Amino acid sequence: MSDLNTQAVARYKNNFLREVEERVEEGNMVKMCMQCGVCAGSCPFGPHWQHSPQKIFMMIRAGKREELLTSDSMWMCTSCYNCIVRCPRKLPITHIIHGLANYAHRLKLVPKGQPTRDVTKLFWDNLMKVGRINELTFSLALYFKDGLVQGIKNSLAMQSAGLGLLKAGRLNPMEIFGGHKCKEQSGIHRMIAKAREIEDGRRGLLA
Amino acid sequence: MTASIATGQTILVVGGGISGMTAALEAAECGKRVILVEKTPSLGGRTAQLYRYFPKMCYPSCGMEINLKRIKGNPNVRVMTMTEVTAVSGSRGNYAVTLKVSPRYVTENCTACGECGKAVTSEVADTFNYGLSKVKAAYLPNAMAYPQRYVIDPSIAGTAEGEAAKAACKYSAVDLGMKEDTVQLNVGTVVWATGWRPYDANKIQPYGYDRFANVITSVEFERLCDPHGPTGGKILRPGDGKEAKNIAFIQCAGSRDENHLPHCSRICCMASLKQTQYVREAYGEGENAGKSTIYYIDIRAIDRFEDFYQMVQKDPTVSFVKSKVAKIVENKENGNPILHGVDTEGYHRYDTEHDLVVLAVGMEPEVTGVKLPDDIILDSSNFIEGSKDGGMFGAGAASSPLDVNRAVQSATAASLKAIQVIHKTASTEAA
Repeated sequence: MSDLNTQAVARYKNNFLREVEERVEEGNMVKMCMQCGVCAGSCPFGPHWQHSPQKIFMMIRAGKREELLTSDSMWMCTSCYNCIVRCPRKLPITHIIHGLANYAHRLKLVPKGQPTRDVTKLFWDNLMKVGRINELTFSLALYFKDGLVQGIKNSLAMQSAGLGLLKAGRLNPMEIFGGHKCKEQSGIHRMIAKAREIEDGRRGLLA
Repeated sequence: MTASIATGQTILVVGGGISGMTAALEAAECGKRVILVEKTPSLGGRTAQLYRYFPKMCYPSCGMEINLKRIKGNPNVRVMTMTEVTAVSGSRGNYAVTLKVSPRYVTENCTACGECGKAVTSEVADTFNYGLSKVKAAYLPNAMAYPQRYVIDPSIAGTAEGEAAKAACKYSAVDLGMKEDTVQLNVGTVVWATGWRPYDANKIQPYGYDRFANVITSVEFERLCDPHGPTGGKILRPGDGKEAKNIAFIQCAGSRDENHLPHCSRICCMASLKQTQYVREAYGEGENAGKSTIYYIDIRAIDRFEDFYQMVQKDPTVSFVKSKVAKIVENKENGNPILHGVDTEGYHRYDTEHDLVVLAVGMEPEVTGVKLPDDIILDSSNFIEGSKDGGMFGAGAASSPLDVNRAVQSATAASLKAIQVIHKTASTEAA
């Protein structure tokens, strides 16, 4: 739970559809869904996620806010775009699913330990530090995200791959000390902050 | 080049299906001169290829007989088969039309005795049966064909087989020297009753119409159920000729889909509901009963046919699954199509096997991809709305996806508009 979430609940009351339309990427297209089920039937994940896109769209209309935003369904999408290609109404389904995931993250409603969210966040934080991805520190952060013991186990499991990369000159151990950086880091940070400000303003997410 | 006596007082009707015949007859019976041109060798169009009509389950042959009798008895209608419009110029009240007449290789002397057909061995796809069967290369287009005259397929016209057909004819009706002809006409108004065609099911890739023999279209199913069709009315599936008893109907096959036809084709729901009754008719109720399953987004039994829908809902041999099927795969062992999808009423995932799948394919205007006169106004799905100068009209399924009943109403309306143009032309000429 977060302040942003409390605000959203107060603002939209039971109108979750309007909340999604205003605050989620491509959310204004949700009401175009005619519940034919082709997206659900075409998704390669099949039965392996809790709510299919078709069901997610109906949950939005039915106001099942908590149930949807705290579920892990939007985090299962692999961006194969099969649903967008097949949708008879050309809904940008993949984009909406990612939009919902992002929104749930902003409201701090994502279940603790959701692996896709955690990896995505590690990636983003790593990228934002110096303006480019440091593959070594990113991999290490990923291996050790569940604690020291699990981290050592993960590292040992990936040992041969790591050594192979090292031999092939694809992995520089010196990167651990910060590695390559972008030249104008503060400029990048200002750019990202501005972009976020614009987007949040558009979605009514500014405090 | 053949001269003609058509004038600005003449109405040209393009297309000899139920709409074209209706438009031509309504005007002719008001005393107007009408030229009715048809691309194929016989009148009747796609209506004649249906087994039965909804909602009364009566036979198209009945109405065809009445319309043909009206045409035969009316000197105001001139019918030209195997004829296409290639150009239209001019404006309201005064159009110059160019027609292309393809050779039939058989003259008016033909008595439809059938001797030429017996003399010929090679076969061509029977378009009347949507290619489900073959027909001799000298053939009568269908049992009720008008004109009742044989056609010789161009593929044998210049061959020994063509000569054999000629030698077999006792009435000197075979003329292998016939050439394509061009005809120039002046007409006052044009009614475009060019009709529809089933949407190309090959384009709906996940349904595998091109890959699976036991996935067919609704128009093909009409032919399978017709006693005059390729299987003598038995529902034998194309894959192995086995009797199909567990049949799936997939609605919106191409329709209501931005990737295919954006419009609702209107007739397909009623057509599938009707076809479930063919299955019932073939196998009855009880132990030996057939089974029909309709997969749908929503059933649109266009307004007053809701009672027909309710009647089918009560039928124990018919079940409904609210879901647009996502994909079809084939059971390699028995050739059965397996339907995959998620049903909207409860979000249950299914993979259901059927003997035969019937795709309720959408209606696409027959003129899609054809160059029409610049003046013609088309809607976003290529249906004909009319012309800018108000002298040409769309009629029947050329103007909108319509069932037979509504196509006849639309054609009658178009005929009245055409008559108005002729009247105005007449008063201008008199003045």
